[in-house]
Amino acid sequence: MADPARKKIGVEVSIAVSEAVKQCDVDVVSAYPITPQTHIVEHLAELVAQGELDAEFVPVESEHSAMSVCAGSSAAGARTFTSTASQGLALMAEIVYCVASMRLPIVMVVANRSLNSPLSIWNDHSDAMMVRDSGWVQIFVENGQESYDHIFWCFRVAEDEKALHPVMLNMDGFMLTHTIEPIEYWADEMVKKYLPPFQPKFRLHPEHPLTMGAFGPPEIFTECKKAQDEALIATMPVIERAWEELEKICGRKYSAVETYRAEDAKTLLLTMGSFSETARVAIDEMRETGEEVGLVSLRLWRPFPFAKFRDAVKNAESLIVIDRAVVFGGPGGPVASEVRSALYSGKKRPRIVNFIAGLASRDVQPDDFYQMVERAKKKIKDGTEDEYEIYGVRE
Amino acid sequence: MIDLDVYAPLLLPKEELFTSGHRACQGCAEALAVRIVCKALGRNSIVAMATGCMEIVSSPLPTTAWQIPWIHVAFENAAAVASGVEVGLKALMRKGRLPHKKINIAGMAGDGGTADIGLQALSGAMERGHNMIFVCYDNEAYMNTGIQRSSATPFGASTTTSPAGRVKAGQETWKKNMPEIMAAHGIPYVATACSAYPIDLYEKVKRAAAVKGPAYVHCLSVCPTGWRIPSGDAIRYGRLAVETGAFPLYEVIDGKYQLTFDFPKLKPITDYFKGQGRFRHLTPEAVGRIQERIKGDYDKLRAKCENVKK
Amino acid sequence: MTKPADQFKWQELAIGFIVPEPGTAREYHTGDWRSMHPVWDEKKCIKCGRCWVFCPDMAVGQKPDGYFTMNPDYCKGCSICARECPTEAISMLEGK
Repeated sequence: MADPARKKIGVEVSIAVSEAVKQCDVDVVSAYPITPQTHIVEHLAELVAQGELDAEFVPVESEHSAMSVCAGSSAAGARTFTSTASQGLALMAEIVYCVASMRLPIVMVVANRSLNSPLSIWNDHSDAMMVRDSGWVQIFVENGQESYDHIFWCFRVAEDEKALHPVMLNMDGFMLTHTIEPIEYWADEMVKKYLPPFQPKFRLHPEHPLTMGAFGPPEIFTECKKAQDEALIATMPVIERAWEELEKICGRKYSAVETYRAEDAKTLLLTMGSFSETARVAIDEMRETGEEVGLVSLRLWRPFPFAKFRDAVKNAESLIVIDRAVVFGGPGGPVASEVRSALYSGKKRPRIVNFIAGLASRDVQPDDFYQMVERAKKKIKDGTEDEYEIYGVRE
Repeated sequence: MIDLDVYAPLLLPKEELFTSGHRACQGCAEALAVRIVCKALGRNSIVAMATGCMEIVSSPLPTTAWQIPWIHVAFENAAAVASGVEVGLKALMRKGRLPHKKINIAGMAGDGGTADIGLQALSGAMERGHNMIFVCYDNEAYMNTGIQRSSATPFGASTTTSPAGRVKAGQETWKKNMPEIMAAHGIPYVATACSAYPIDLYEKVKRAAAVKGPAYVHCLSVCPTGWRIPSGDAIRYGRLAVETGAFPLYEVIDGKYQLTFDFPKLKPITDYFKGQGRFRHLTPEAVGRIQERIKGDYDKLRAKCENVKK
Repeated sequence: MTKPADQFKWQELAIGFIVPEPGTAREYHTGDWRSMHPVWDEKKCIKCGRCWVFCPDMAVGQKPDGYFTMNPDYCKGCSICARECPTEAISMLEGK
C-alpha cells in the first residue's frame, strides 16, 4: 500500500524547511528576521505557538545575539537551529567563527542574499563566501526537495560524535525560499530511523564543571588551529555515510560533487546552488546541437571535496566556472579561485574560464549558459581566459 | 567595630569556586568580587563571561581557575550566551532529557561588556525576561586592553583614551547610569554593590539568584593598576567610593528603591580622589563641579528610596 | 598535573579546546610574583577572619589553632590583608 507520507505536495520551500526542523524535534530556535529567511522563522514560531513543536523560540534583538544564544544553548546540550542571510550573517560572523572552533553542533540555514552596499534583498552567494573560512561544514542545495531532505542530514552530520561541527545549509534566497515546489515529506518513523537524539560529548552542567572558550596563548594556539583543521577534514566520512543512509531511507542519492553528462564532455560548466538546474536544461539543449558539454555541480563546499572534484573534471579540456559572488580586486570569483587552486598541481589541467553571473538574482537563463560557452571558446582562442568576466554587465 | 566582623568567615561559605593561581594583578578587587559572587551562586551554577580582565586571568589554556561550568564566546554577548544556556536547559528539562534541577545562570562582564559593547545583548536578555542574573564588574575603564575609557569611566578620570593633557582634562562625560537603565527595563531586581562590602555583595547576589526572572547586580571593582593607587588600598577606596556618594549602594526590588547605607552627611569627594593617580590632574574648579553633581545625584536617589527618613 | 602549554601536541588537545578539569589554575604558583609578604602578630590577632575574606587570591588560610597565615604558593604580596586588619596585627615585610 502506498505510504501516505510519500506523496508530493506543492509547498513553499521555506515552509518545508521549517517542517523538517520541526520533525527533527529541535530544542531551541533563536533567530532575527531578515529577508528572505523570514518565512522559515515565522513558520517555526507558528509551530511552537500551536503546540506542534516543543521548543524554546527566542526572538532575539540581533543576529549577533541569535548566534550567541545558539552557542549557549548548544553548549548546554540542546539541539539548536537558526537561520539568517546577508547582513545578518555578516553581523554574526564573529560568533560564526567562534562556534566552529568551539565544536558546537548548531544547524543554520542561510537564505543566500547579496551583501550591502547597495542594499539588495535578492539572491547571490556573497554572504556565504564571506564565511568560507569559518570552519563550518557548508553545503549548497539546488531545489526544494533537496533543501527539505538536507535538514535531517545537517543535524545528523553536526551532532555525530565523530563530527561535532556546526553545519550551514546554503539555499538561494527567493529563488528557493519563496518558490513553491513539489516536496515529498518524510514520515516521522523515517526521521526517527535516520536521526538519533543528540548525545553531546561535552556540555555545560554543574555535575561535571568544565571551561569552554578559554584564552589561548601563542604557545598553544597553532596546535588549536591544526586540531580544528583536522577535525573539519575528518567530517568527510561522516558526511558520506550520512548521504548513503539518506538514500536508504528516502531513495534519493546525493553526493559532494554531482556530474551531469560529464563523462564524455570536452567542456564542463561548474555551478553551485539553484542555477545548476537551469544549467542542466542548457546542457541538454546544447547537446542537441552537438556541443560536447556537461555539468559539474558542487554540493559540498566545506570541507572541499578535492578527490571527488578532481575526478569529476579529469577528462575536460575546458572548465567554465560560474560564480555568484565577486572577489573585488582579486582573482574573479571565489569558486574559480578555489578550483584553480585545487587543480594547480595536476599534470593535466583544463583551461579555466571564470564568469560571474546571477548577482542579486539577475536571471540566468539556459541561453545565458550557451552564451558563456561561446564566450569561453573565444577567450581561450584569444588567450584572455585568465580575465574573469562579470557576465551580462551593461557597458 | 561591630561584632559582625568577628564572625565574617562564618557568614561566607568556605568553599572556593574560583581558585588561586589566577593571573589578576596584585590587589585586584574585581577578582575578590568574582570570588564572593561565586560563593553566593554556589556549585549549581553556570557562568557565561565576556572577554575582559577576569576572562583572561582565569582561563589560560590549558588550565582554568573555575570550579563551576564556565563559557566564554566573545566580548559583547555574555548576556546572549547566558540566555542561550537558560533556554537550552529549560527545553531539555521540560522535554524530560535532563532531570529538573535549579541551576543559577549568570552572565558576567566588565563595564565595557555591559554598558558599551554589551549593552544591546544585555537589554535584549532583560527584555525577554530570562531567568538569569547578570553581574557587571565595574572597574570604570577597559582595563584588560590597557586602561581605555568606557561609558562607565567617571567624569574627569584620566585614561589612555581620555588622557589629561594641556587641552583636555580627562573623561568629558558623566558615568552612564547602568543600574537606572536596568531598572527602566522593569526587571524584578537591580542592585549596586562593591567588593569592599563583601557580605553585602554576597547577600545581594543571593537575592538576585533567587528572584524569578532577570536580575542585575552592578559591582564596583576597584582596580589599583588602572586607578593608580597602591595595591593594598583597593578595599579602602571601595569604601570611600560609597561613603562619599560616588557610588551609592542600593537595590531596586520590583521597582521600589531601597538604600543600603544612608549617609546623612557624605564624606567630601576629595577624600576619595586623594591618592588616585587618575584624578591627580583635576583643578579645584573641576572637583567642585563633580562634588555638586555627586551631591545632587545622591539627593535624588535618597528621595526615591522608601526606606530613608526624609 | 597539566602539561605546560608549549608541550601539547595538537592531538592531545581536548575537543573544542575545553578544559575538562576544574580549578587547574592552582598549578601555577602566583607566589613567585611577590616582593613583600604578610606576617601575623598572633598577640594582636583577634581571629576575626577579615584577612581571609578580603584576599583576592584566596591565599590566606586559617591554621588549626584559629590564627591566620599566608599561603606561600599564591600570595602576591598585595598588602590588602595588612591594610584591612582591624587590630594592625599584620605587617608587610620585604622579601618573599
